Amino acid sequence: MTLLHTIVSAPLACQGLSLRLSGREVLQGIDLAVKAGETLGIVGPNGSGKSTLLKLLAGLRTPSSGSVELLGEPLAKLPRRRVAQLLALVEQQADTQDSISVYDAVALGRTPWLSALAPFSKADRAIVEQALADADASHLAARIWRELSGGERQRVHIARALAQRPQLLLLDEPTNHLDIQHQLSLLHQVQALPVTTLVALHDLNQALTCDRLAVLDKGRLVALGTPEAVLSPERLLSTFGVQAHYLTDPFDGARILRFRAP
Amino acid sequence: MNRLLPLGAVALLALLAALLAGIAIGETRLSFEVVAQVLANHLWQAGHVLDPIDAGIIWNYRLPRTLVAAACGAGLATCGVILQALLRNPLAEPYLLGLSAGASTGAVAVGLLGLGGTLLSLSGGAFVGALAAFALVLLLARASGSSHNNAQVILAGIAGSQLFNALTAFLITKSATAEQARGIMFWLLGNLSGVRWPSVWLALPVALLGLVVCLWHRRALDAFTFGADSAASLGVPVRRTQLLLISCAALVTAVMVSIVGAIGFVGLVIPHALRLLLGPGHSRLLPASALGGALFLIVADILSRTLISGQVIPVGVVTALIGAPVFALILISRRGRP
Repeated sequence: MTLLHTIVSAPLACQGLSLRLSGREVLQGIDLAVKAGETLGIVGPNGSGKSTLLKLLAGLRTPSSGSVELLGEPLAKLPRRRVAQLLALVEQQADTQDSISVYDAVALGRTPWLSALAPFSKADRAIVEQALADADASHLAARIWRELSGGERQRVHIARALAQRPQLLLLDEPTNHLDIQHQLSLLHQVQALPVTTLVALHDLNQALTCDRLAVLDKGRLVALGTPEAVLSPERLLSTFGVQAHYLTDPFDGARILRFRAP
Repeated sequence: MNRLLPLGAVALLALLAALLAGIAIGETRLSFEVVAQVLANHLWQAGHVLDPIDAGIIWNYRLPRTLVAAACGAGLATCGVILQALLRNPLAEPYLLGLSAGASTGAVAVGLLGLGGTLLSLSGGAFVGALAAFALVLLLARASGSSHNNAQVILAGIAGSQLFNALTAFLITKSATAEQARGIMFWLLGNLSGVRWPSVWLALPVALLGLVVCLWHRRALDAFTFGADSAASLGVPVRRTQLLLISCAALVTAVMVSIVGAIGFVGLVIPHALRLLLGPGHSRLLPASALGGALFLIVADILSRTLISGQVIPVGVVTALIGAPVFALILISRRGRP
């Protein structure tokens, strides 16, 4: 497979992506090609640009330079509606004061597929119900958004993104606010979904379960590859400022990271 | 949906009843029978023999007044829904955000100074004024830190309103005769007295246009539930939608202000009450708010003519007497939330 072929067949790719905000380089020259079907984790210290990268890849911010390609087409030239049919983003803190029901919040995910004259059809209803089930949120459907816990809200956001029926799912620290049980089940569910997933993660042990990892440091992509190759003790010291080594869980042989202050 | 049809029918009947009441009730009390006969004469040449004075009052004065009240109430309530959805601010409303004040200034500038020559009508001047005021308020809100902070936007709205009200007062003092000044001041408080048929043909189409444009974008308005970024990731072209719908709100406000003056709180009271009843979805909220706004302003107009016998209170005073306490209630009920 040639390099060119790899780039074209990547559902989502960016070249030389940079963003400068009031004189500060938030992202610098990011080259990244997501492979179809994979779960690509994005890790990096606070302020390394993970959320910003997701926003640029979703087309919510315009880069200072560089370009994003969605299914081989320049993102900037695609209508917003088309982008939303292909790609869904779950942001960290999207909240509302409205007394919207969970079902209606998830039904918003059908917006890119509906026109002004098209009514909400049976098929749309089925997709919403499937999305609720996939995000383990069916039992919440009749509840009011404001009365949900942080973890329940996160699952509703994911259900809404799934209701978009996207080929690409971008998640910004989806396990924040979740208790440990839901952190693990959510990550497991996300990885089992038949979509290509880009997920910004805070917990490096959770990141180990991704197919590949991209490491951001001060707005630069400093490593990209399999989790074991990328999260080397040297990398963890230079980028995250911690001493780390791998332990093997005698229970199932899984590798886990243990951290110490240097 | 089936559950809502009878509700809609009841609401339409209520609107019809309010229209009839608005025509019948006033300084001279006229019977519903006479009202019906006059309408029948005009609508299908029924040929009832009637007192020409009664017939004149009903057809040339009460009916256009009530129809404009309905159009105005519907238009202002629709504006409230749009602004609350797009700014994610429960207190957003044309009056509180300074749109009405800007529209007043624009209309007074055109009316008194002849600004814009023959190019600008009163409504045109009001539209320019409303847009200018809204731009100023948004810039001020942004400069003061956060355009997402509810209180900040309303404070900016108050500053904008004060500035434009001062400009209006300055223009009146500088250029108006004593008699003009009295007339303008009365109009500024919201006044339906001078309304005749030509105003109906301006107010009704604009209110309907505003409602249709918003209904067309109802899904986009829904998509703003979780903020502008969320709307964008749901496929809404955010800037274009905001520009179109806010211009729409400015146009509707401007036309209503140029006809009846600055009537406040309709856009606050009605959408809030109906959100409690129907939930936040715009496919129901928009038509319900338009209907509710129409009913509300017809009733407010009846009250303005009957509360003090022999005198007409400006209808803006009546809506404020109802709306300001509602504003306070909303503030209290949101205690502790950002």
